[in-house]
Amino acid sequence: MSLSPENRIFKNLGGVQSLSLSQAQLQGDWDSTRKLMKKGREWILEEIKISGLRGRGGGGFPTAKKWSFLKKTERPSYLVVNADESEPGTAKDRDIIRYESHKLIEGALLAGFVIEASVGYIYIRGEYYKEALILEKAIEEAYEAGLLGKNAAQSGYSFDLYVHRGAGAYICGEETALLESLEGRRGLPRLKPPFPAQMGLYGCPTLVNNVETLAVVPAILRRGAAWFASLGRPNNTGTKIFCISGHVNFPCTVEEEMGIPLRTLIETHAKGVRGGWDNLLAIIPGGSSVSLIPKSICDSVLMDFEGLREVKSGLGTGGVIVMDRSTDIVKAIARFSKFYMHESCGQCTPCREGTGWMWRMLERFAKGEGNSSEINLLEEITYAIEGHTICGLGDAAAWPVQGLIRHFRPIIEKRFEDFKKHHEEIKSL
Amino acid sequence: MTVFSKNDFDSLEATPFSFTKENEKKAQNALSHYPQGREASAVLALLDLAQRQIGGWLTREALLYISERLNMPLIRLYELVGFYTMFRLKPCGKYLVQVCTTTPCWLRDCGKIYETFQKELGISFGETTGNGLFTLEEVECLGACVNAPVLQINDDYYENLTPSKVCDLLKQLCEKKEKQ
Repeated sequence: MSLSPENRIFKNLGGVQSLSLSQAQLQGDWDSTRKLMKKGREWILEEIKISGLRGRGGGGFPTAKKWSFLKKTERPSYLVVNADESEPGTAKDRDIIRYESHKLIEGALLAGFVIEASVGYIYIRGEYYKEALILEKAIEEAYEAGLLGKNAAQSGYSFDLYVHRGAGAYICGEETALLESLEGRRGLPRLKPPFPAQMGLYGCPTLVNNVETLAVVPAILRRGAAWFASLGRPNNTGTKIFCISGHVNFPCTVEEEMGIPLRTLIETHAKGVRGGWDNLLAIIPGGSSVSLIPKSICDSVLMDFEGLREVKSGLGTGGVIVMDRSTDIVKAIARFSKFYMHESCGQCTPCREGTGWMWRMLERFAKGEGNSSEINLLEEITYAIEGHTICGLGDAAAWPVQGLIRHFRPIIEKRFEDFKKHHEEIKSL
Repeated sequence: MTVFSKNDFDSLEATPFSFTKENEKKAQNALSHYPQGREASAVLALLDLAQRQIGGWLTREALLYISERLNMPLIRLYELVGFYTMFRLKPCGKYLVQVCTTTPCWLRDCGKIYETFQKELGISFGETTGNGLFTLEEVECLGACVNAPVLQINDDYYENLTPSKVCDLLKQLCEKKEKQ
């Protein structure tokens, strides 16, 4: 099973250069956008609902539901595109922006139209400087062609779209932190409720969607919700962009059908694990924030929301990090803990303190210093962080560590033993 | 998160700051994106412009200028500069080399990339070469994991690196400097 070429949405994903507006139009972008909009807001919302599209940024929340939460008030509404891609293992939004920027811009226009927003912001991470320039150029082209701005695409609806560059903070990928940052403050996540749908940017109703979510919207409307829903499994429909990195022969970003077996995904697109499938140790299937799965599970697991939830992991952003048998798995997870320690915004004590504890303990464990009861203590700490913070960063920091303990406890214990033995030998000399 | 010392606030040079004509235009453009009364939204854009104009870091005068311009207390700008990793309060080398060492890059041997820099430039993470050309830094995920190992020099990404590619890159950058 593999996605057939005619079902692919991002045809230029593996491209070498970005497409100009006219090239994108040849591919089918911006084709009778006006007609789609003339069918009305309810129709678009209903189509997205039937298609079963779920958010591609990591949460997997049904997109149509999120859109329908925005009620028209006397305040203006805003659309915010989350392009603050910083999840380790993930590089999909960057490729969409570089190679398929017009799909994103058209998707933003359609989403903005449904929620009756007159302004949209694309919050792109600061390090993506070149990508921001490409995006700005594409937006400029769209303005010149009358596809954005007053009477966008001759639909009678006006929509402005701006690029807003971040300045280096993983936490700004969290939607309320992103809004704080967009308002010119530090990116500290807000308490919810109120959700951004009621009180978002500048206190107005705001829709925050991931780049990939919006970029597939035009294709769904054009080809029909039934087509999108026919791909994948019920509740896990459509296509998804996977980024395969780590110990594979050919790391790549690729679009595939949801629910593809993990093994097929890696063997067809990444040319297999380095040293063959049997050389596999573990895979992190959805970016650093989900639990790793050992080879025994990788053999049969399906890559979608439900398939991965059943094995206590998650689809997350679709960043597949492959680790072969040469990997020091404890060190690999310790490095993630360091990442979360660095990126914690410091608002909530469990996350601010806990991420550092976890990192320091894992660094010790990697060397073999520790004992079995300390593993229990570490596990206890992860549960003390999980669910006790304002945003999901605490959970995201805890899950990989839980996964490590769940699947690789014997490896850590063996390391303790080796360390002890080694030191006893030294003593006896 | 940056920890400030008293020196950071007092001893910086006191050349008054204002945007060049070209940057002023860019600043105006950034400000025009946000509704009236919400000019603070443009603060990241303005800080970035100022940092580019000064040459890779922010002076106290620049922060003062932006704070007056956006009607924000100066302390809020220091908060922002401390929070966002891309802003700096101290000068750095002409080429700011940021090596990603997060797990996906680590799996693809970013350690060797770092060692090559260490050997070629004689500096460790957080240090600047004597000629003021290179500053080496460790950063968290740059978001190009598929092309790991990755590093960023100023605005440019360099991907799929090997030690020999790093040597070539350094040579190129040094030659470029000599030509100028």
